[in-house]
Amino acid sequence: MGITINNISKAYNEVSALQDISFNVKPGELFGLIGPDGAGKTTLFRVLTTLLFADKGTATVAGYDVVNDYKSIRNSVGYMPGRFSLYQDLTVEENLHFFATIFGTTIAENYDLIKEIYVQIEPFKKRRAGDLSGGMKQKLALSCALIHKPKVLFLDEPTTGVDPVSRKEFWEMLKRLQKKGITILVSTPYMDEAALCDRIALIQDGKILEIDTPQAIVKHYPKTIYNVSASNMYALIKSLNEYVYSHSVYPFGEFVHYTDQRDDFNPTDLKSYLEAKGLKNITINPTETTIEDTFMELAR
Amino acid sequence: MKRFIGFIRKEFYHIFRDKRSLFILFGMPIAQILLFGFAITNEINNVDIAILDHSKDATTQEIINKISASKYFSIDAFITREADIESVFKKGKIKAVLNFEKDFSKKLIKENVATIQIITDATDPNTANTISNYTNSILQKYMQEQNKDIKPIYTIIPQTRMVYNTELKSVFMFVPGVMTIILMLVSAMMTSISITREKELGTMEILLVSPLKPIQVIIGKVVPYILLSVINAIVIVVLSIFIFNMPVEGSLFILGLESVLFIINALSLGILISTISKTQQTAMMISLMGLMLPVILLSGFIFPISSMPLPLQLISHVIPAKWFIIIVKAIMLKGVGITFIWKETLILLGMTLFFIGLSVKKYKIRLE
Repeated sequence: MGITINNISKAYNEVSALQDISFNVKPGELFGLIGPDGAGKTTLFRVLTTLLFADKGTATVAGYDVVNDYKSIRNSVGYMPGRFSLYQDLTVEENLHFFATIFGTTIAENYDLIKEIYVQIEPFKKRRAGDLSGGMKQKLALSCALIHKPKVLFLDEPTTGVDPVSRKEFWEMLKRLQKKGITILVSTPYMDEAALCDRIALIQDGKILEIDTPQAIVKHYPKTIYNVSASNMYALIKSLNEYVYSHSVYPFGEFVHYTDQRDDFNPTDLKSYLEAKGLKNITINPTETTIEDTFMELAR
Repeated sequence: MKRFIGFIRKEFYHIFRDKRSLFILFGMPIAQILLFGFAITNEINNVDIAILDHSKDATTQEIINKISASKYFSIDAFITREADIESVFKKGKIKAVLNFEKDFSKKLIKENVATIQIITDATDPNTANTISNYTNSILQKYMQEQNKDIKPIYTIIPQTRMVYNTELKSVFMFVPGVMTIILMLVSAMMTSISITREKELGTMEILLVSPLKPIQVIIGKVVPYILLSVINAIVIVVLSIFIFNMPVEGSLFILGLESVLFIINALSLGILISTISKTQQTAMMISLMGLMLPVILLSGFIFPISSMPLPLQLISHVIPAKWFIIIVKAIMLKGVGITFIWKETLILLGMTLFFIGLSVKKYKIRLE
């Protein structure tokens, strides 16, 4: 009932979008596909939702083959494309009603499934979908994708362009939907959302970098990360990059995440090096690894 | 079935909420029919003609004066030989030559019959026709005046001859043409735009990942436009009857059925266009360039097919609008029944089935 993907490859006129992708999503799992823009997330979604043929490989969704049983898949999955794809000139209620009708159901029949989401947009049900805010649009789109009680839910970057509060709410909803037994494959470019998934796949340039639980992925990170800060951010990054033992340097909010090549790294060495470079107010402290750090390390 | 009705309801929401397409749907037919009706009139004014007078007597002089006094004609040249007729026409300015036979007065008195030949340049068949009609009526009037106190009655026989398009097959009737254009435009352009809009906005993606079958989507897109086009056809016919006194000699029922056939033909073309275009703009350009131009130029609506070069005449055969115009003209003007137009109807039907088959085959169930 989950998703199986075996050696899927796909290219658009010589440009490879997916290279030999394989992984499984277990039934009832909340699985995250994490990667930057252009990593191939949308292409993979389209292959799984039977919209595109893969060049190589096979895949099944809810037990159906994506090529041969495409009709069965189209009956049993919910798909929310990355771009807002509802009818902007129809009202909230009309959109929901339309999608309920074409899936041969009614709003009343599956109201319990969408209730928690829909109550938030219900006050605006007479408003045209095009006039909703970003977060509202996504909630409506999710409601429409859920209205026929799908077995598998595909959400392509559902929180892109949504404010932080709505993003948080959105993920809470996904967690609740998961409890109702729906398998969810969700993609996002936001690394902080990855921690909320059961398992994640890090994807870049059409290749899977790693698949595991968010905790395990963070744990596998081989090095200790240091938060480094100084009064002049630009000079700090420049100096760290020039440091002979520097392994990785990434700006991370008000700090710079720094890792060293040596196993017996001593922060005081680095501090004196930076002081020699003329930097002031230097702090160097070890910090916890985030998924973003892992991703950057894997993507090097 | 419920799915299908839900889809059609959604289509109507789209149509009625988009002010611009509503305007195209209902404003344009009315504007076009009025524009064509009033702007392209059969009136002629100060048309240059030449006189070839073989008798040069009092009667011919009198007729020439009458003609030159009317506001329709101005006499530009007097020629003396039959051979000059061709050369004055070739200059292009002269639209007609009046050729009075020899001994006009004498014959009129002796035999009570005389002949005037009206030779018109029928490259513009519409004007040629009008010129000969007006000349005839001037002659009629002159005869009536003469015959008041003379017995026996004089008769002047006008012999009309058209040159360059001798058969004058295209009686200029704009209503069938405008009707064809409107139905083509509304049906083909609007459906192709409405389908490509789904592609452009990404909603097609969701429709594809749903249990809706391609044929349901296509028919769901088409049904609202069939209804609207039928309303349009009715508006056009009613306007032409009541404003322009267009005759409808034949059966309105058959006209209606033929119109529905043509509408479905145009709709299937619209679907075909939508399968090959990715954006609304492309769909619109293809509809305008690929459908409107041939309909206007090659269907016999404005330019008579019989005066086209052979290659264009051959091309005109594959243009559905040509056959529809023939059908509409036959029904409205000649009042014929289905027995006289079954051949054209069959051609139209065949084209329609071909286009429907092709567009269902070309309709993509996936994104590529």
